[in-house]
Parts: sequence; structure tokens; C-alpha cells
Amino acid sequence: MTRRRSVPFGGLLIAVAMALAMVGPILTVVIWAFAEKWRYPNLLPTEWGLRFWGEMTSRETVVTPILTSLTITSISATLAALICWPAAYAFARLNFPGRQLLLFSFLAANAVPKFALFVAIATVFLQLGLVGTMTGVVIVQMLSAVLFMIWIPTAAFRGIPPALEEAGFDLGASRLRVFVQVTMPQALPALAASYVLGFVSILFEVESALLIGAPTVTTMPLLLLQLSAQVVVQYAAVLCVMIWVPCFVLLLLTRRFMSAKGIAQGFGA
Amino acid sequence: MLKIQRLSKTFGTARAVDGATFDVAQGELVCLLGPSGCGKSTLLRMIAGLADSDDGQVMIDGQDMTRLAANRRPTAMVFQSHALWNHMNVAQNVAFGLRVRGLPRREIAAKVTTALDLVGLAGFGKRKPADLSGGQAQRVALARCLVVAPKVLLMDEPFSALDAHLRKNLREELKALQHRLGLTIIFVTHDQEEAMELADRIAVMNVGRIEQIGAPDRLYLEPRTLTVARFIGTMNEGEALIAKGRADWYGAEVTTRCPDGPAVILCRPEDFDVSATGIETTVARVIDLGSVLRVNAVTAKGAALVWLCPRSLAPTVGSRVCLTPRHLHVYRDGQRLGTAAPIPLALERKRSPA
Repeated sequence: MTRRRSVPFGGLLIAVAMALAMVGPILTVVIWAFAEKWRYPNLLPTEWGLRFWGEMTSRETVVTPILTSLTITSISATLAALICWPAAYAFARLNFPGRQLLLFSFLAANAVPKFALFVAIATVFLQLGLVGTMTGVVIVQMLSAVLFMIWIPTAAFRGIPPALEEAGFDLGASRLRVFVQVTMPQALPALAASYVLGFVSILFEVESALLIGAPTVTTMPLLLLQLSAQVVVQYAAVLCVMIWVPCFVLLLLTRRFMSAKGIAQGFGA
Repeated sequence: MLKIQRLSKTFGTARAVDGATFDVAQGELVCLLGPSGCGKSTLLRMIAGLADSDDGQVMIDGQDMTRLAANRRPTAMVFQSHALWNHMNVAQNVAFGLRVRGLPRREIAAKVTTALDLVGLAGFGKRKPADLSGGQAQRVALARCLVVAPKVLLMDEPFSALDAHLRKNLREELKALQHRLGLTIIFVTHDQEEAMELADRIAVMNVGRIEQIGAPDRLYLEPRTLTVARFIGTMNEGEALIAKGRADWYGAEVTTRCPDGPAVILCRPEDFDVSATGIETTVARVIDLGSVLRVNAVTAKGAALVWLCPRSLAPTVGSRVCLTPRHLHVYRDGQRLGTAAPIPLALERKRSPA
């Protein structure tokens, strides 16, 4: 038996308005990236072209920060994964005192205004001579990935029946071997998702990069910040689109791990 | 072969396993039987090394295993959930234990083929666990254990998720494999029929304790405790006071050598005879079990008795039947005191003037 549901007009209106509010700005940026002339009161650019794309990709001041960012982000995300994944496994499997509190503290740390946290870290890094170095940025940016790299894998590890691991252990494998050959493959999709989410959040991170990296280390978002302050809108727009498209595609792949359920599981719900 | 001594485990304040002590001989299949939560799975996991014991000792072939982790023990376990790894195919699942042991590739392949052959799954190597039926998956899990030639094979309710018919077939296959390969097996189940059919000996467990361990017929004919008597098979149970070696059981006078005092007296449904005198009952229901009939009979005082009746005697519902218990079991404080029997006709005559 099927019943036709009538769509309430008011609800539809709100949905459209919200979609416009979310997609609108992105659309504007995308249009700007391909606009050569766009003046008020025209609704669309009067001249389209790829001139600014050519200029952007040929300028060394643009290419270097992108490469810097990719390098820093890759190292930072990988290190974060190496630390967070085993920790997530511990959260999922071991029952130690304060487990729930510790897991919750990752959320609490995210509620603190980050800038204050980074200023505190910057003063320590200054003494250690890490300010203005790639190493310093790599370390501080790992923080941006911690949340995703703990929560999502914790939920995933918890979803693996303990008997699967016990069977491996029982057949003579070491704990490490069981983790690598049984647990990891089972959790692989979730681990990949947490890596992508962590990677993207590091890539777009501005505050710590600014405080620890500037002025010697210029990451891609810092460049964007500089370009946004310029009169010509197109430079920033082109850079935005250049970065946004691959990240968006990556994020689309991870969306099934971004469900409320997945995150709640990380919390032990 | 396997020697368990005073093995104990406490969860918080609850004694999950309390001083379990028993031996298993080479080539023997011992069932741990009990209701859920009686500690049988915990005991099995302690033997495997997957759970720590608080006290006691596990010895295999004279070697102390108590301090060894699961991956160092010569045991292998088949889990209720089969626990196959779905990212590997069947052959890779079975090969795992051999790869861990670092055997040469060719030898592994040969052993995997043999093992799959043994469980009747020749040619299934390339399949994924997800494509197997429940019974096939459990056979692969068995092959995965057999291939490493464990000294003791541990099975934790391996067939309980399968349907009755399949369960019966797998039991028979397991029994055949046990004899053919001389396997030493500890098999956990809550299904007494399964235990009776499979086991050389059964250990009945209740709230963490092994109540009795023995051959299936011993448990059935001479349950040592009231718990075992109630758990194995069906019993008609009644309280009675023994005085001067006699007791009144639902109106039937019985005689016993047990000391005087209060007692719980039980009788198996097949241990009733139809007689002229005895317990007067009314037939409430007749259930046809094929070879015999199960009769629910109600006494004058409203107590329900179960009687297994030969087809030749088939009573009709509502008819009156007089039953005499032929053989009874007497318990006091949960422990077996002995047996009771109906008073012989000769004695009865002497006693009653009529």
C-alpha cells in the first residue's frame, strides 16, 4: 500500500532558502573563478575566461605554498594517524579507569577557543625554536585531526566482534599481527575516512599555521588570506575552487562515516 | 592429557567459575553442559587462555599452561559466531594459523586442501565467508582449527545458531571426525540432547560449579545432585517425609533405605507402571511422540505428572489411570541419598487387612 505524501509548501520554501544560503556563496566563488569582467548591476559576468587560472598556476608565490601545504598536511595527518589509531583501539577495546572522561576530553578541547590554545602553544614553541619552522607547523596542525582520527576509528573498532580478534590470537598470532591482519582490514573503510577528514581539516587550518608558521612558512590557507585582502577577487576565487573540488570529492567518499550514529558510537552510545 | 585443577574466576563479587576440577583423556569428547550464565563458556575461555583465571591450574600433556597466553597454547577454538574473517577467502582463513607458524607455502596449500576435504568443503577455497551458509561457515571454522593440529579442540556452542536438522548432521560429522582423527574435544552446550549425543562424558555445570561429571547414562540414571536430576531429562518431583523407611509419594506408598527425614523424591516419566492400586490420576492430555505417548496426568489433589506410555496402553483423555512409580530417586539438601521403590505386593497384603 502506497500513500502519496503531500509536500507542505512552507517546508519546501524553507528547504530552498537554506539550500540557497549554503550553496549560494560557493556558487558565487565558483563563478568568480571563471569571470574576467563582472560589474554591478549584471547578474552574471559579462566576460568569462581562464585568464586568472593561467596567472595563478604560473606564479611561484602560489605554487610554493600549495606544495608546502600538501607536504605539511601529509606528514601531519600521517603522524596523527599513527598516534590516534592505536589510541582509538585502546578506547574501543580496553577498559581503563577514566576512559570515558578521556574520550570526552577530546570534545572539550574542541570547545575551547582554539586561538587561545595556539597562543599558549606558540609561547612553548618559541622557547623550543619551533616557531617559523615546518616541524612546528606539522606538530601543531596534528591537533586539527585528532578529533576525527579518534572518534571515527573508535566507533569502527568497537563494531568489530571481539571473537574475530580472539580467533586470530587463539591460532597463535601475536597481538600486533592480529591488529594488522585482522583488525585493520576490518576497520579499513572507517580508517580511510578518518584520514581524509583529518587531512582536509589540517589542509584548511588557518589559526595555528598563522601563529606558528608565519611569516617564514606560508601554507595554502595563509596565501588565501593574503589574496582575499587584494582588490582582484578572482585570485582568491581561483585558489578556492582549485582546492575545494578535490577536497569535496574526497569528503563525499567519507560521508557515510559522518552519520550521527557513527559519531555517537565513538562516544560509546 | 588435559588436567584442570581448582580453576576459578570471579567477576566482581560473582563466582563465574568455582574450583573446576576434571581431567580429559586423549581422544575423549567432554561436554560442558549447563544453563546460560553457568560459567561453562568462561571455563572454556580459561582453558583457551582467552580469559585469565584467578586461581587453579591448566595442564596439557603434563605442561603447565596457566601462565601462557592463548597464542602460546596448543588449543584451538571454534566460536559460536564462527568468527571467520570476511576480508579473506576460505583458503586464507584456514591458512592463517599455518602462516603464523611460518610453514612453507606449498605445505600450507596442501594442508589447507586436506583440512577442507575433511570437513566436506573441497573446492571451496576461493569462496568468501559471506557466500557460505551457516553450516558451511562453521565447517570452515572447524577446518581452520584442525589444520593447526591442536592438542585440545575447544568448541563454544558451535552449532547453536543453526537449525535443528543441520545441527544433527554436524554433530554426527563431528563425532565421526573425532574417532577418525583421535581428537580431544571440549564442547560447550546448553542443549542436553546435543550433550547426550556427542559426549563421552558430560560435566554438568550450575552457578560456576561442576555438579557432576560422568558418562551420559550415569548422569541420567544416577544424578548426584538435585540440580543435575532436574536438568538432565524430565523428572516428576514431589516432597515427602521418610519415616521408618517408608514415604508417601503422591498417594503411592514407597520404601527406601535412605535415613528418615524430609526429602525430595523424583521419578522419571518412563518409570511408571499402570496398576490396580497406586496414584489415581485423570488423563488431561496425550501427546503423540511417535514411538511413545507423553501423557499429562493430574492427581486427585491437582498435581501434574508426566508419564511416558507405550502405544499399546494409549489412554483416552479424561479416563482414569492408576500409576505406580517403579523406580524413584531420593534427595536431601540437594544431594542424592539413594533410591526408592514401590512396596512389594506381598508386604502390602500383610499391612492392609483387606
